[in-house]
Amino acid sequence: MKMFIKCSLATAILAASVTTAQAETELVVVSWGGAYTKSQQKAYSVPFMEANKGIKIINDDSSAEAASKLRAQAEAGKVTWDVVDVLPDIAIALCDEGLAVEINPEKDLAKGADGSSAKDDFGDALISPCFIPEIVYSTTIGYRTDKVGDTPPSTIADVFDLKKYPGKRALNKNPTGNLEWALIADGVAIKDVYKELATEAGVKRAFKKLDTIKKDVVWWTKGAQPGQLLADGEVVMASAYNGRLFSAIVENKQPVGMMWDAQLFELDGYIIPKGAPHMKEAMAYVKFATDTKRQADQAKYISYGPARKSSAALVGKHAELGIDMAPHMPTNPANAKNVLYKDINFWADHKDELAEKFEAWLAKG
Amino acid sequence: MSQSSSTLKTADGSLQMADGSSLKANLERSLRRRKRNALLLVAPLFLFILITFLVPIFDMLIRSVDNKITAEILPTTIPLLANWDAKSGKLPDESVFKAFINDAQIANKAKIINRLGKRLNYEKSGTSSLFRKTGRKLKKLDPEKLTSTYKDALIKIDKKWANIAIWQLIQRESGRYTNSHFLSAVDTENSPDGIKWKDEDSQIYLNLFKRTLWLSFLITFLTVLLGYPIAYLLASLKTKTSNLLMILVLLPFWTSLLVRTSAWIALLQKEGVINDVLVTIGLISEDGRLAMIHNQTGTIIAMTHILLPFMILPLFSVMKTINPSYVRAARSMGATSFTAFRRVYFPNTVAGIGAGGILVFILSIGYYITPALVGGTQGTLISNFIAYHISESLNWGLAAALGTLLLLLVLALYILYDKVVGIDNMKLG
Repeated sequence: MKMFIKCSLATAILAASVTTAQAETELVVVSWGGAYTKSQQKAYSVPFMEANKGIKIINDDSSAEAASKLRAQAEAGKVTWDVVDVLPDIAIALCDEGLAVEINPEKDLAKGADGSSAKDDFGDALISPCFIPEIVYSTTIGYRTDKVGDTPPSTIADVFDLKKYPGKRALNKNPTGNLEWALIADGVAIKDVYKELATEAGVKRAFKKLDTIKKDVVWWTKGAQPGQLLADGEVVMASAYNGRLFSAIVENKQPVGMMWDAQLFELDGYIIPKGAPHMKEAMAYVKFATDTKRQADQAKYISYGPARKSSAALVGKHAELGIDMAPHMPTNPANAKNVLYKDINFWADHKDELAEKFEAWLAKG
Repeated sequence: MSQSSSTLKTADGSLQMADGSSLKANLERSLRRRKRNALLLVAPLFLFILITFLVPIFDMLIRSVDNKITAEILPTTIPLLANWDAKSGKLPDESVFKAFINDAQIANKAKIINRLGKRLNYEKSGTSSLFRKTGRKLKKLDPEKLTSTYKDALIKIDKKWANIAIWQLIQRESGRYTNSHFLSAVDTENSPDGIKWKDEDSQIYLNLFKRTLWLSFLITFLTVLLGYPIAYLLASLKTKTSNLLMILVLLPFWTSLLVRTSAWIALLQKEGVINDVLVTIGLISEDGRLAMIHNQTGTIIAMTHILLPFMILPLFSVMKTINPSYVRAARSMGATSFTAFRRVYFPNTVAGIGAGGILVFILSIGYYITPALVGGTQGTLISNFIAYHISESLNWGLAAALGTLLLLLVLALYILYDKVVGIDNMKLG
């Protein structure tokens, strides 16, 4: 009998401890994994959990398949994600399908530290009613300093110049960016690129320019590949996300340089799925994560810039290397002399058609 | 003829049990019971297959033609638009525009209008933003206070609404079912003048189907070529040695697919092991390093290696059952060793080749991860595009149509195989 009481007492205590553990809200935040998720964990999630005892953040690295998984969750009638980190075009698609919650920037997002309204502080970055901007980054060109001679490439036209810079180039296996760059290299002014690309002749012109280097292109599909290809010496130059080039150059000390000419400037941000299990906490999280201080903090851990204007002045030093991060930001005035702003709406309209053409072009050999 | 003691013959000639009931009915009852028991035993498996296999396939088939979204979002516009003559060269009349604005405003409130824009954007680029813009502006439009016609009001929002092509598109895609995904899957499209080929610079899928088929045949052939001698060796050695060697076949089989594929990348790439060795021994120059990966060669090498066990195992189990005395008998009657192999041994192994061949072929026709990693642009297969449309472009209708075509292709080849070789000849062991 005694034994029985002991046992049941132990069970009761165990059960009680389990229930307290369950009383904690588990907020599922979906992101890209790797160094990027780590920077978000350090800059947003850890301070958020300290400020809100009882909320535990669970990281899920599914952003690459976010759209299809979220659609499947919605079709099954059970959404399990609370916050999802996505690219703007996916945010627009999910918003169109009614799978993401529309937000009101003035009400749902924090004011800028300088007192500016959220709407002004984010400015053009608010590209869709569902999209909560977080960082800006760019796709730009990295090159092997030991394989380009005394005059390293300085304009995007150099990427298409096989005479001046012979050797393989790695480009993203995706029409986005490559078609724009081809037109710029072919003499189109950076502000007219999308106007040109909207015409059939413009598309033909872009592919014709790409034809000139086709044989010398290695196509990459994952963000980590171009850095590796440069490090292995498989290519002379490569398009890559600026954060990846930063880590190749500064963190891993590879003989790699980078140029910022015609950098393809893009955003990344959050959406909240419709039917998220912890809507209130999810709203609180994105408000916290995208405030002026947190946005500036993230740049300590990764070289992507804050989407808020008011955060730019607060960007400090790298948390481990102690170097100034501001010169490595895509928005730094010295880097932003000639910027190609990705036209999200153009790509929402033309991605299907141009991706088809791009694949057909690739397959032609 | 003596009758069994428990049955009697009645006047009309039918047999009866001792208790007077009909033997026939009794037999039927016991047969029924046995059938029911058998069915009950099979039921769990049947249910499993139904839920995890047949229902998803059926769902996929439906998805490839499903198009209820247009009628869902434009319920009153569709019947009116049906009366419009698309070839008249004139815009639909005012009633259509009025119905469209009404439907669109309702859909806009429910925040579903952009779904239709997204769906129609697959057919005509630019429709997605047209619907988004229209939805945004319609919020501020009060039909009660309209000063112009509905037609002018809509065209004022975006002049694309004055383009006949957009109305032709809505009319064409207004049915409950659509053929447009299947047409896309074979590089064709609807146009006002009927079905036509897509522009040459947009054609992809037919070539991909051809490439997938060709590579699958080639890989199947290569696995036979490589697997046959190995299986023969394994089957003819002493059990102890052959068991040891069998582990060499099974070990890679048990290793993760990703690990094996990555290993091939390390071996085959430009700065990889094989090229390094060839350069060191002077067979090729530093500039002449071979491109063996991120092309078809990479896909063929990696897939042949990965699928090889699926050929060796059925071959081995078939060869194991061939009595060695057959070949000895043939030799003793004067056949050369080649003739004995050709006329006696080989015909006995055809069943194993058939089984392994079908296994390898069907696996490779739907292969996805390996070609994605090592295939580059020339070595990717149709399943890579199905994956692309599922997870990136989100065009699940087209993905379903491609999947359905692939399924039909496999079924057709299966039937062909049955006609030529006979499926009864297949032996897995």
